[in-house]
Amino acid sequence: MKGVSKSVLAFLFLFGLILTACAPPEESSSEGANQGNKDHSDVTLTIATVNNPDMKSMQDLTSEFTDKTGIKVKYVVLPENELRKKVTEDVALGAGKFDIATIGTYDAPIWAKNKWLISLDDYFDKMSDEEKSNYDLDDIFAPIKNALSYNDHLYALPFYGESSMLYYNKDIMKAAGVSMPLHPTWQQVADAAVKIKEKTGKTGIVLRGLPGWGEMMAPLDTVINAFGGKWYDENWKAQLTNPQTEKAVQFYVDLLHKAGESGATSTGYTEALTLMSQGKAGMWYDATAGAGNLNDKDNSNIVGKVGYAYAPTADKKNTGWLYAWSLGIEKSSKHKAAAFKFLTWATSKDYVKLVGDKKGWVVAPPGTRKSTYENPDYKKAAPFADIVRDSLEHADYDHPTIDPVPYKGVQYVEIPEFSGLGTEVSQQIASAISGDKSVKSALAASQKLAEQAAEKGGYKK
Amino acid sequence: MKKLMKSLVTLITYVMAFIYFFPILWLFITSLKQEKDAAIIPPSFIFSPTFEHFHEIWNNGVAYYMLNSAIVAIASTFIALLLGVPAAYALALYRIKRSNDILFWFISTKFMPVAGVIIPLYLLFKSLNLLDTLSVLILVYAAMNMPLVLWMMRSFFKDIPYELIEASQVDGATGLNTFFKITLPLVKSGLISTILLSMVFAWNEFFFALSLTYTSAKTMPVYMTAFMTQEGLFWAKMSAASVFAIVPVLILGWFSQKQLVRGLTMGAVKG
Repeated sequence: MKGVSKSVLAFLFLFGLILTACAPPEESSSEGANQGNKDHSDVTLTIATVNNPDMKSMQDLTSEFTDKTGIKVKYVVLPENELRKKVTEDVALGAGKFDIATIGTYDAPIWAKNKWLISLDDYFDKMSDEEKSNYDLDDIFAPIKNALSYNDHLYALPFYGESSMLYYNKDIMKAAGVSMPLHPTWQQVADAAVKIKEKTGKTGIVLRGLPGWGEMMAPLDTVINAFGGKWYDENWKAQLTNPQTEKAVQFYVDLLHKAGESGATSTGYTEALTLMSQGKAGMWYDATAGAGNLNDKDNSNIVGKVGYAYAPTADKKNTGWLYAWSLGIEKSSKHKAAAFKFLTWATSKDYVKLVGDKKGWVVAPPGTRKSTYENPDYKKAAPFADIVRDSLEHADYDHPTIDPVPYKGVQYVEIPEFSGLGTEVSQQIASAISGDKSVKSALAASQKLAEQAAEKGGYKK
Repeated sequence: MKKLMKSLVTLITYVMAFIYFFPILWLFITSLKQEKDAAIIPPSFIFSPTFEHFHEIWNNGVAYYMLNSAIVAIASTFIALLLGVPAAYALALYRIKRSNDILFWFISTKFMPVAGVIIPLYLLFKSLNLLDTLSVLILVYAAMNMPLVLWMMRSFFKDIPYELIEASQVDGATGLNTFFKITLPLVKSGLISTILLSMVFAWNEFFFALSLTYTSAKTMPVYMTAFMTQEGLFWAKMSAASVFAIVPVLILGWFSQKQLVRGLTMGAVKG
């Protein structure tokens, strides 16, 4: 017995010794040499961010920013939902521990309305002419700037943006004897998917089925918009049981049943990307940000075999979604000027070039600046560039549906209630995908949820 | 027939043990895969193993977060024991007015959901300027584990025949002498299992650590979630980080398994 407790003690001691021997790391950071601007030499910015590949590159390259400005940077990296909770806790309870938050286009107007972010207009006004022309705000895609604004004031700057498009595996398409036009309709996509499944036995099309407003609801919402469906009419009456919405959801569910991946309700973006990049599926409809991954030799087996098409349409043309991971300055930040310096560094033309030079042009942050799409190096590395640029420049953020609606947002409804509502509705639809419910009864339940959300939010007069 | 039955039972035990162990094995296997192999469905056993994720995570400063977790687990357990063991001793062996109510009060602190107390705690620690420090986690975890220490240790102390204490008093031992020389050695197995459980709870705790820390006092569980992302592949890296997180607990459990089992089953036959 004594022996055992001695070994436990010895273990604890050794373990402690090993750990204390390790130098404390710099928090995924960049505390490089302090040169240049002395005003900020004792400033350390804390940035809340997610671990998406583009953010990872930002963390790796931050030492360049520190070298240039003397401003040190620390990162708090968390999964999206935890990050959102943590940052709202910080800002709402006034702790002011974060200077910069990584947020999406969905969050920016809501956070701005809650006064959690500061408007960037004053900071841009204070810039010198040279700084202004270097940054070139007009170079950023207008629909994205619009989505990041509230009451005509800009509240965040886009770090990378995306629309949606259709990817296809040229080899599998050839084996199945099908082809895909540049501007396909959903019916053409469905016919091709079924044919691929019949002829090759592989998954015809991969679509997200994982419940979540940012998972399954994103592609499904664009299908609903394409078929003429919508979430609400102009009087905020829920429209989830209207014939067009129902037709769209039925189409999505049927397509998954006929030619989709097995286990669709556990397939989110990552799983879908894996299926496609492993050559197990003929087509994939998802974010344009996936194009970089499909062309990354380390993680994809189908480099050089990928074909690209615009987001499929039906009654409505132009259905691609709009999203941008962006950086905003928290209202409670104690280093706002330094934070603005970081924002304009990380979203600048120079930063895009820095990533291109150091990490390769195919992983340069896409979807934010026109100049990226005019760069010959990027165009060479990214054969999908023209479709992405066109989709982003023309994304229907303000008028996402055929009929007029009181909300903005393509693949989401720009109201704070939507993150909860969208997730609950997607759970209902997941039951229809798994066969536990009919689409009709899933949508009937969803309709009630949408009605409640409109009433709770005080939109319905 | 009897022999056959015995081998069958042994076989079933091994199968059950394997089923219990499988998630840990799978975690280890996944940590050795390339990201693209780790995310593949259906999962495969054939792949070329790599230690790159362990290397990457080590370079990413995992040791710092392990050190934070270790400091917090050890210190909070020490404080919980320092306060909990004497309290348990008194509640078990002395006649104290309303001792049952006191006991119930301690356990009742566990009734409230953590989410219900986090905002007041956050505000309190914010005004004390303690956010993102190890002290705040040590304090919270000590409070969190106190009821556990108290209840476990009280039941162990209760198993000691009172005659032993009386005998030591007859021999002239002081209260402290009796405590350290007679009773504490008798509940040693129980004490060790209490220490282990308390440490494991503190080591694994996520919610408080997530809410009350930012960069300097981050612990292993919070560090590990950083790998989860909606737009990239991360299973292999997260598995490697998890291996780092479970190895200390696994080794500690291995060294003390005899004590742990004895401690946890102490008094179990008495009913």
